[in-house]
Amino acid sequence: MAQKQLLLGDEALALGALHAGLSGVYAYPGTPSTEITEYIQAHPLAAERNVHRVWSANEKTAMEGALGMSYAGKRSLVCMKHVGMNVCADPLMGSAMTGANGGLVVAACDDPSMHSSQNEQDSRFWGTFGMMPVFEPSSQQETYCMARAAFDYSEKRGIPVIMRLTTRMAHSRAVVEPDMDIRQQNELHYPEHPRRWVTLPVNARVRNRELIKDYAQFESDAAGSPFNFLKDGKDRSMGIIACGIAYNYLMENFPDGCPYPVLKVSQYPFPRSMAQELAAMVPVIMVLEEGQPLVEERLRGVFPTGVKIIGRMDDTVPRDGELCPDDVRKALGLPALPALPASQVVAPRPPALCQGCGHRDFYTALNNVLKKDYPTARVFSDIGCYTLGYMAPFNAIHTCVEMGASFTMAQGAAYSGTWPAVGVLGDSTFTHSGMTGLLDAVNGNADVVLCISDNLTTAMTGGQDSAGTGRIEAICAGLGVDPAHIRTIVPLPKNYPEMEKVIREEIEYHGVSVIVCRRECIQTARRHAKK
Amino acid sequence: MKQDIILAGVGGQGILSIATIIGSAALEQGLHLKQAEVHGMSQRGGDVQSNLRLSSDPIHSDLIPRGAADVVVSLEPMEALRYLPWLSPDGWIITNTTPFVNIPDYPDMEKVKAEFDRLPRVIALDVDSIAKDLGSPRSANMVLLGATAAVMSILDADKLRDGIRRVFARKGDAVVEANVKAFDAGLELSKQGR
Repeated sequence: MAQKQLLLGDEALALGALHAGLSGVYAYPGTPSTEITEYIQAHPLAAERNVHRVWSANEKTAMEGALGMSYAGKRSLVCMKHVGMNVCADPLMGSAMTGANGGLVVAACDDPSMHSSQNEQDSRFWGTFGMMPVFEPSSQQETYCMARAAFDYSEKRGIPVIMRLTTRMAHSRAVVEPDMDIRQQNELHYPEHPRRWVTLPVNARVRNRELIKDYAQFESDAAGSPFNFLKDGKDRSMGIIACGIAYNYLMENFPDGCPYPVLKVSQYPFPRSMAQELAAMVPVIMVLEEGQPLVEERLRGVFPTGVKIIGRMDDTVPRDGELCPDDVRKALGLPALPALPASQVVAPRPPALCQGCGHRDFYTALNNVLKKDYPTARVFSDIGCYTLGYMAPFNAIHTCVEMGASFTMAQGAAYSGTWPAVGVLGDSTFTHSGMTGLLDAVNGNADVVLCISDNLTTAMTGGQDSAGTGRIEAICAGLGVDPAHIRTIVPLPKNYPEMEKVIREEIEYHGVSVIVCRRECIQTARRHAKK
Repeated sequence: MKQDIILAGVGGQGILSIATIIGSAALEQGLHLKQAEVHGMSQRGGDVQSNLRLSSDPIHSDLIPRGAADVVVSLEPMEALRYLPWLSPDGWIITNTTPFVNIPDYPDMEKVKAEFDRLPRVIALDVDSIAKDLGSPRSANMVLLGATAAVMSILDADKLRDGIRRVFARKGDAVVEANVKAFDAGLELSKQGR
């Protein structure tokens, strides 16, 4: 008898992958995807089967590692947050061209409403862009089953499968009943179509035409998928297309069953034949989807059609942000439940750097120098806990775009005449995508001060291992930074005079300076102290 | 039967351990459950909440609609007020009275109290002091869970005690018993307060 478990959507995906005979998980931490890899790392079956489960330096190296494993015939999983898909876009698009040998599943966790992200991009677009199938579960149990099905499907059709979760599915817990039939891992075996794996134009042209044909097959598979269904309703004044988790918000508003015909979509390419069947029943179709209006936009097209389409693009549902049962309720024309107005007493409580955090001391020292003596300074930062240095009382950074952009944007500004041009990033972001930018700075002899606020961990996502721990200065020296201008300081209030002196000296040096500011994250330090 | 609960607090206060125990008890009782958590950036000293839904029937949405929460449970008084629009008109607020002040514009406590005074069903306890008086200051969240148990009719108090025992088991008997004691104290005070 299977043991029922309370699992996050992330954990359900992880367990499904393990039970599907996974041989490796490749990932860089990112909210809301981190718990997939953490669950596998902690699971006894992963240890027993020696599943590869070490964090990757970034999403590109992760995707490539997983693709190598798929080439060798094994089942592999790549996990990342939605913006990680941009980092691995090159191997991701390439993997559609090579196809999968061992099952390859790419888990992309989107963050609509940007709870912990810089944009709302919808990972389903990668499916149409790269001509790959996308699975989008609507419950934790379905997530488990789908992860298993995704590996089988990937091998059956020889194509990587994207599994798209959104924050609310990734980070919500529910009862999951796993299948007791745990599949064996694959044996080493090489691809049937070796030419596909060398994407020289001569091979790629052939493969591209195959892939276009395959994509049509994926769509007919989606139309026959158990994860997609069309259910008739007694009120045919309207039909509803509900994708992934949006199906839950729809059903929440109809405890006795939805009166309208509903097409639930959890497997893409979007099954157009099912939509046509729905369209033949109703004059209006409401599209409910979490994220960007991908399905809606296609159904609307450019020219008028017989069926009226409503959804996010005409504000029936809010144009942006995470869906919720209340928005769907309003869209359905149902009255709001009686509720109290918001309290006028409540003040916003934004996240902040922890008390005692080393980033605080670094920003204090940096501000003491810049605000007093270098009012023209610009500080370029990027993604990590240290981005919170933007908030009061520090107001210490001017930019944050994406992982690693601090070092490279600082150079661009320096070449444009900005002085001092300061870059700030963390140790994990440095090894994720700051190292190559540092090499550019060295090669161009940029007049920049590049600061690595090293807390010895990947802190924002909860303290995962950081790829370059203990080797940061050696990496900088190896990339060609003059060792005299690789300075290490310890961010503590008592060290402010020394920290400020170092910062001043390196600003006055007109070349590439690296300041490593190192003290362990207080959250991980507390955890280590308890052990 | 169903019960929708919003757990609120400030990142780091430990609302998730309350959720874990309720979840464990619900699983034992064979209930359906959905529990949406907050991870990532918001955990760094910002406001955090968890939507916890328990039901004898399958649950669709992971999020609780506005006006549908039967209970708002908060480890911090102002944070309880943040979720008023989600509270059902006949729902309960169970809150700690000790403020967690990490923002410059934290409201005057008199104003916070006045908000609670105009609501019909509020149980406000200084769970920090109660836990301290019991000799286990770190079990304040269990005092709050006990106080919540008084209005959470879908779950059996004994099942919650078992949940506490399971969740804290690896920390030893002394920790388990301190937490059960804190739970019982909260339950008792809450019954008196109703």
